Amino acid sequence: MDNLSVEHLNGIEDLSPRDIQIIFETADRFKEVINRPIKKVPSLRDITIANVFFENSTRTKLSFELAEKRLSADVVNFSAGSSSVKKGETLVDTVNNILSMKVDMVVMRHPNPGAAKFLSERVDARVINAGDGTHEHPTQALLDSYSIREKLGTVEGKKVVIVGDILHSRVALSNIYALQKQGAEVMVCGPSTLIPKYIHELGVKVENNLKKALEWCDVANMLRIQLERQDIQYFPSLREYTMLYGLDKELLNSLSKEIIVMHPGPINRGVEITSDVADSKQSIILNQVENGVAIRMAVIYLLAAKVER
Amino acid sequence: MKTQVILNERQFDLTLQRLCRQLIENHNDFSDTILIGLQPRGLSVLNRIKTLTESILGHPIQCGSLDITFHRDDFRRRATPLIPSVTNIDFSLENKNVVLLDDVLYTGRTIRAGLDAMLAYGRPNKVELLTFIDRRFKRHLPIQADYVGKTVDSLVSERVSVEWKEIEGTDKVILYTPENDG
Repeated sequence: MDNLSVEHLNGIEDLSPRDIQIIFETADRFKEVINRPIKKVPSLRDITIANVFFENSTRTKLSFELAEKRLSADVVNFSAGSSSVKKGETLVDTVNNILSMKVDMVVMRHPNPGAAKFLSERVDARVINAGDGTHEHPTQALLDSYSIREKLGTVEGKKVVIVGDILHSRVALSNIYALQKQGAEVMVCGPSTLIPKYIHELGVKVENNLKKALEWCDVANMLRIQLERQDIQYFPSLREYTMLYGLDKELLNSLSKEIIVMHPGPINRGVEITSDVADSKQSIILNQVENGVAIRMAVIYLLAAKVER
Repeated sequence: MKTQVILNERQFDLTLQRLCRQLIENHNDFSDTILIGLQPRGLSVLNRIKTLTESILGHPIQCGSLDITFHRDDFRRRATPLIPSVTNIDFSLENKNVVLLDDVLYTGRTIRAGLDAMLAYGRPNKVELLTFIDRRFKRHLPIQADYVGKTVDSLVSERVSVEWKEIEGTDKVILYTPENDG
């Protein structure tokens, strides 16, 4: 039986290239399922999944919930804002309480890096990391690579630049791991203050000039400035950031080749990317959202196979 | 392991020819009929039946393939294939006459899952089942085929294998019997 080498999805770092391939092949079939007149299969009828979100999320939570429901799993939702966490309960206690209600899988978003791994070592359920602080956001990186594969046929040998707030971005780190495991070349681009000091040790190129980075790449993944994670000021003003690192139609048209533009959302229109670029035919932002459901169905389906009866 | 050829190449061809004519007898010009092969091995039956039927009728017939992985009743119970095959049904089955095709009918569980999977594409007027080989004594569910290539009485320990020119090099059906079962 061909299945993932991992018991939980804590991060892309733990996955093998074959794991990524299995997830993509399974997602191909789920993509067909979600385009059927009846977009639902009964595979996970006996599985209950808790979506535990200690941090705000719109599209990731919606995407996971949709994926779970299209697999016929039972879904319970938990948001930290309206829970006992505010009354001083620890993470393990909160989750163990949920698990006592016979939950088989936990999809968790948490502001602390490593929270998913911590949980997976302590509770008797499959854990899927839906973002842990500035560490990893594995399903986002999988759907990003999957969207590149869909658009360009393969990820291997492609040049991808990740632009923006690399320092605070879990999407950047997961993408670097995912792209490299599939044989792509990765560059990060942004102001020096937002590029981690030792990032070159991951084998990525570093570029501070956006135009040069875009001339080099096949795909540009534009990240949002994570103001909520920035405790100090990393650049003089948002306006200056936009002037130097914002992607507009003029810059896109000035390039010597046609590149693909991605964004993990939520978009700050007019900051990292202008509306005419976000809505252009080179943008695959909405494909990313659609593929997100298929990728999450694949991950949940493959990990559910490891839930003991 | 003892082997016994149940159908040789000539018998294999005659059986396919007969099945096509039986289908044509019931479905006339196939205007409201769709043939659906169950992945993976039902696809070989489908391709052969489709080619032969089209050559007899002189016009194309509508066909599709259906994967039942997500509808199996043994998910997490045994080492079943997790990675699904392609489903290719880009039309509605609403009010159509559907014929499901598979190579070997054994427990009936694949067909049960196939009937379930098929409903995502509409409510057919009628559903029939064509199987190339029917191992009739090991059914787990009350499912019978409407068109049978060859009925085989076999023990649980035995294995029936349908081999196709396109995949294995020759058309034949073989029965494998373990030595100690006599």
